[in-house]
Amino acid sequence: MEGALGPGLEATFGLRRGDAFRIDLSLSIPAGATIALLGPNGAGKSTAVAAIAGLMAIDSGRIGLAGTTLDEPSADVFVPPEARRIGVVFQDYLLFPHMTVLDNVAFGLRSRGVSRAEAMDRAGSWLERLDLTGLERSKPSQLSGGQAQRVALARALVIDPDLLLLDEPLSALDVTTRVELRWVLARHLEDFPGPRLVITHDATEAFLLADEVHIIENGAVTQTGSPDEIRLRPRTPYAADLAGSNLLIGRASDGQVEVGSHRIHVVEHEIEGEVLLTIRPSAISLHRSPPEGSPRNAWQTSIVVMERLGERTRIRTGAPIPLTVEVTSEASSALELGEGEKVWVAIKATEIGVEAGGVYTRSG
Amino acid sequence: MTADTSLKPRTRRPPVLLVLLGCIGLAMFVVPFVGLLARVPWSDLPELLASDVVTDALRLSMVTSLTATLIAVVVGIPLAWMMARLDFPGRPLVRGLVTLPLVLPPVVGGAALLFALGRRGLVGEPLEQAVGLLLPFSTWGVVLANTFVAMPFLVITVEGALRNLDQRYEGAAASLGAGRWTVLRRVTLPMIGPSLVAGLVLTWARAFGEFGATITFAGNLQGRTQTLPLAVFVALESDRDTAVALSLVMVVVSLAVLVALRERWWKAL
Repeated sequence: MEGALGPGLEATFGLRRGDAFRIDLSLSIPAGATIALLGPNGAGKSTAVAAIAGLMAIDSGRIGLAGTTLDEPSADVFVPPEARRIGVVFQDYLLFPHMTVLDNVAFGLRSRGVSRAEAMDRAGSWLERLDLTGLERSKPSQLSGGQAQRVALARALVIDPDLLLLDEPLSALDVTTRVELRWVLARHLEDFPGPRLVITHDATEAFLLADEVHIIENGAVTQTGSPDEIRLRPRTPYAADLAGSNLLIGRASDGQVEVGSHRIHVVEHEIEGEVLLTIRPSAISLHRSPPEGSPRNAWQTSIVVMERLGERTRIRTGAPIPLTVEVTSEASSALELGEGEKVWVAIKATEIGVEAGGVYTRSG
Repeated sequence: MTADTSLKPRTRRPPVLLVLLGCIGLAMFVVPFVGLLARVPWSDLPELLASDVVTDALRLSMVTSLTATLIAVVVGIPLAWMMARLDFPGRPLVRGLVTLPLVLPPVVGGAALLFALGRRGLVGEPLEQAVGLLLPFSTWGVVLANTFVAMPFLVITVEGALRNLDQRYEGAAASLGAGRWTVLRRVTLPMIGPSLVAGLVLTWARAFGEFGATITFAGNLQGRTQTLPLAVFVALESDRDTAVALSLVMVVVSLAVLVALRERWWKAL
């Protein structure tokens, strides 16, 4: 059985919790890929974390990692959590409050029998890697949210895990820090060679961090696809809500953001470097002829997909910058829009949200 | 975190009646000790303290109360863990049984121990026949009486702390490779540390001052079962000065331990 497995995570399982709740999941994450499990609160995300980490036993199916079976009830296999090589960044981080930062990070190594001196050494070098030098002797209560998150990341990575599992890695942070740390996290995820699983209820987080997003609702996956696929073709109302915003990554300089070969004007002039733009579909207007007046962002494109959702019509436009646009069905009829038709897209600079990519701008 | 200060009412003259009643309450703790100190025969004190009765009782009290505390740690913490973490039928009953020694007159506890573990007792008789161990009127009997009366303090405090502990921390430790004992030793117990220490102090203090169950179950033999409280009781009848000296020793030792630990640990209570 085992020889057929790849180095990544192969998990297909069912788990019941009480009478009312049950989750059924199937995940396959190759090494080097990031998958996001995205869903509302109560969808079963934390149960999935517990099952994969071994804190809860599954009822059916199989969880395999790096060629080893971790949990398979039908074969009577259950590897306890302490014997699994999974680095977990828990929701709220769960740093041990009575230990210093260094002891927190060294904990996993000490538990696995690494000598004290070596554990301290390796923990120290991870702290350095994550820009935490100088905080070795601090207690978790003295850390900022961002520092705590990186300590949690260091603690998970120091054991050289076969899987990196992040449970709501940013939800404990305030909005500003969250925006900044998304980018830091994205960079650290890329550095981790194994499979990565991010559990989140935040669509932006999932779309930004993951190669593939699984949407989970009521314990079951309702849609799987790349961030773009989910954004552009949401299959459930929940996914459609998530898909709400257009997300663009570009490089900002003096109020202009380069997205691909195109320049988009924004109100924000101070932010430089890599940025994340968010544009609500309803904030974009479509025109038959070049728009006049205030919108400074306008370009000609064509309609790729049109979908009528009752009062509103969702439209996907093509190159140079594919966007999801939402107009009233009335307006859509008045403009006689149809798939393949040429239209002008117009977006006011004031309608574009700009988030700086923190570290990229500051540390180059 | 700093919101408290802004909500604090402006300083006003403290309400007279409250302060007055509070002072009366305080006096109830202070006056007896002042009375005790007033009776201390200071000049004869060194001689009194060096007497066999006093040194025997002090040594015995320290040994038995500390042994009882140690036993409470070894079996009481697992019991607290069971009560906090395991779902078993009759758990409310178990909790009631564990709290019983707190409200029961110690003399009744001592009698119960005697019926169970005495020479003719339910467990005592087979125990003596099997290994020749006779608990009543022995130093181990004192330890047992102490443990019976004092252990509930540790069990209850630790159980409460375990209930309040966020168990996800233990899950986090397990995911980092820690086995059950490591989790217990490095995460669970340190995280409930303040409550644990508070429970230990209360347990030791209760054992140190134990009287009723001890005299009922273990008797009053100098050097073997006569602890400080028992010696005080006996001396009150015959030799007042020794009684005062013994009492002073108890007050000083107890106070020293409570103050020393309060400074560092005992903020959980």
